[in-house]
Amino acid sequence: MQRLRAIMKKELLHIIRDVRSLTIIFLLPLIMLVLYGYAIRLDLKNIPLAVWDADNSQESRELIRAFTHSGYFTLTLHAITPVDPLEVFQERRAKSVLAIPVDYGARLHDGRAIPVQFLSDASESNTATIAGQYAEQIILSRLMSRFGTDAPLPDVRALVLFNPELESKVFVVPGLVAILFMMICALMTSITIAREKETGTLEQILVSPVRTAEIIIGKLFPYMFLASLIGVVVILIAIFWFGAPFVGSPLLLAVFSIVYLLCSLAIGILISTRVRTVQVAMMAALVITMLPSIMLSGFVFPIASMPLPIRILTHIVPARYFLVIIRGIMLKDASLYLLRFQILPLCILTFILLVVSIRRFRTTLE
Amino acid sequence: MFVLGAHRANDETGDAMSILIDDIHKTYGAQGALAGVTLSIREGERFGLIGPDGAGKSSLMRILCGLIRADRGSFTLCGLDGNRDLRAIKSSIGYMPQRFSLYPDLTVAENLRFFADLFTVPRRERDERLERLYRFSRLKPFAARRAAALSGGMKQKLALSCALIHTPRVLILDEPTTGVDPVSRREFWDILSELSRDGTTILVSTPYMDEAARCDRIAFIHHGRLLAVDTPAGIPGRFPLTILEFRGRRFPVRHDDMLRVRGVASVRLLGDRLRVACESREAVERAVRDMLERSGAEILSVRTDTPSIEDTFVHLMHEEPGHV
Repeated sequence: MQRLRAIMKKELLHIIRDVRSLTIIFLLPLIMLVLYGYAIRLDLKNIPLAVWDADNSQESRELIRAFTHSGYFTLTLHAITPVDPLEVFQERRAKSVLAIPVDYGARLHDGRAIPVQFLSDASESNTATIAGQYAEQIILSRLMSRFGTDAPLPDVRALVLFNPELESKVFVVPGLVAILFMMICALMTSITIAREKETGTLEQILVSPVRTAEIIIGKLFPYMFLASLIGVVVILIAIFWFGAPFVGSPLLLAVFSIVYLLCSLAIGILISTRVRTVQVAMMAALVITMLPSIMLSGFVFPIASMPLPIRILTHIVPARYFLVIIRGIMLKDASLYLLRFQILPLCILTFILLVVSIRRFRTTLE
Repeated sequence: MFVLGAHRANDETGDAMSILIDDIHKTYGAQGALAGVTLSIREGERFGLIGPDGAGKSSLMRILCGLIRADRGSFTLCGLDGNRDLRAIKSSIGYMPQRFSLYPDLTVAENLRFFADLFTVPRRERDERLERLYRFSRLKPFAARRAAALSGGMKQKLALSCALIHTPRVLILDEPTTGVDPVSRREFWDILSELSRDGTTILVSTPYMDEAARCDRIAFIHHGRLLAVDTPAGIPGRFPLTILEFRGRRFPVRHDDMLRVRGVASVRLLGDRLRVACESREAVERAVRDMLERSGAEILSVRTDTPSIEDTFVHLMHEEPGHV
């Protein structure tokens, strides 16, 4: 106990004394949060829209107004004469084209099916898909407001729950928390041990009767504390700045965050057992944690759409599980039971990593 | 006299063995191999390890500390088996690695307290020992200063203090005074003398011959083998030859041709002095003198000299079988 306490205290002193690193460790998540929260938006606002309004009736103008008032579209071209969508897209005057037929007003009156055409520039497939969904929603709501529930026929398929406005920050920000946890924890622990190797202080510790577990646990705790602090700050910013919802149990999230943090810290230790310098430790920690956590966790690309070998590979990416856990708890009030297939593998993964990292940690210099 | 390590009391004979090393072998990396080292060091002895870089000094010390494992062979330390009781051994050793390796961002006091806790020194005793260590190291006024801001000599004294915090029975010091100014070096060795008087066994490596002379016994290690173990006074007695010292200017740097002169064993150039180890003065003086003068050197004086520790070691190094 005396040894464990001594190592924890010493590690805390290192953390507090190194103001520059501490600042970076706190700033990095904030910068990333702002970058991802603002710049990388999966939802779209002000999609440039060209309209060919062949009808030019009161009804057609109402439909156009519904598009512009939604905030999703900005009218860049409004013509009564035919518009060539290819030309519009090529000249990048708009990303979507709405074509309203001559008899739009008349058909609406008669309650007949209305062939409104909506075209999108699919060279940006994401934008195209989302614009199409927005358009469908707008047209549907127009018809609903006019005819009530027995509105005639636009064929609307997408049903969006939990994020009705398809606002990406709602799921980007919690996902970001998962990635930041992983990155910072692995970075911090791998650096702390690599630095002791580099400066030779590890040699001085290893000649004492200290146990491996005491060194590792003594190092884990202060960083766990720091990581939790960062986690709380990041989640608070996600809620109060980005307006991310939090409908689930904070306690449940706290418990699983701790498991996930342990997992990330263990990865950092595992890295540090293999490297000799701080530089290499940093690079390794970033590459090993960042890329898989972003690419293979379902954060950006849905896992279901990955080829089978990659899909299998995602099972060893801890962020994959935590992503579902944190989104589930924050957005959907998911229960322990509903998350059991995420929680169980995450616990197993954490346990294996901790055991392996402690066993691989050598008390000799070879 | 302040008692830093009070071990003397339980040892009346003064002849108990503190470290017994038996036929230790180690190959690792490209250098620093040990090829069968056998050695015994008495309790309270100051034992010096001398040898060129890569001879195996650090390897031997690291094996005793449990930092690396020997391929073959065994050792006991304070009666504890090196293969089985490593944790107990670690508790009885104070080790100072070659490189200053305390925490630069911690203060002097924090470093000392950290190592006290690491060796589970009871809190009550800790402060008392801290005071004693402050007294001998004179670091008290700097207790609140970060280790990074200490001078070289003070850093060494802090490192020694940290190694002594748990009153180890054996102190292992790997070139503790390299890069330290001469005054601090002398001070450091005064402290070591005092420690050994109190019964602490000291195994120390050093590149300085004046420091070797302050040891009770020294061993010369080369290519992982012990070439000679003796008292500093006894070592030159193992030198079977005469030293012929030429003083002068413009001595040639290479002396391969001189080694071909019959009777010349080895040649060393030390600034303006050329020391030639030879069977007898008469046999070689003429030939060497001619050779030097032909190469443009100017000889001012020639005399025979008593061999130094260094001369002996250089000679032994050349005598060693398998020497290239």
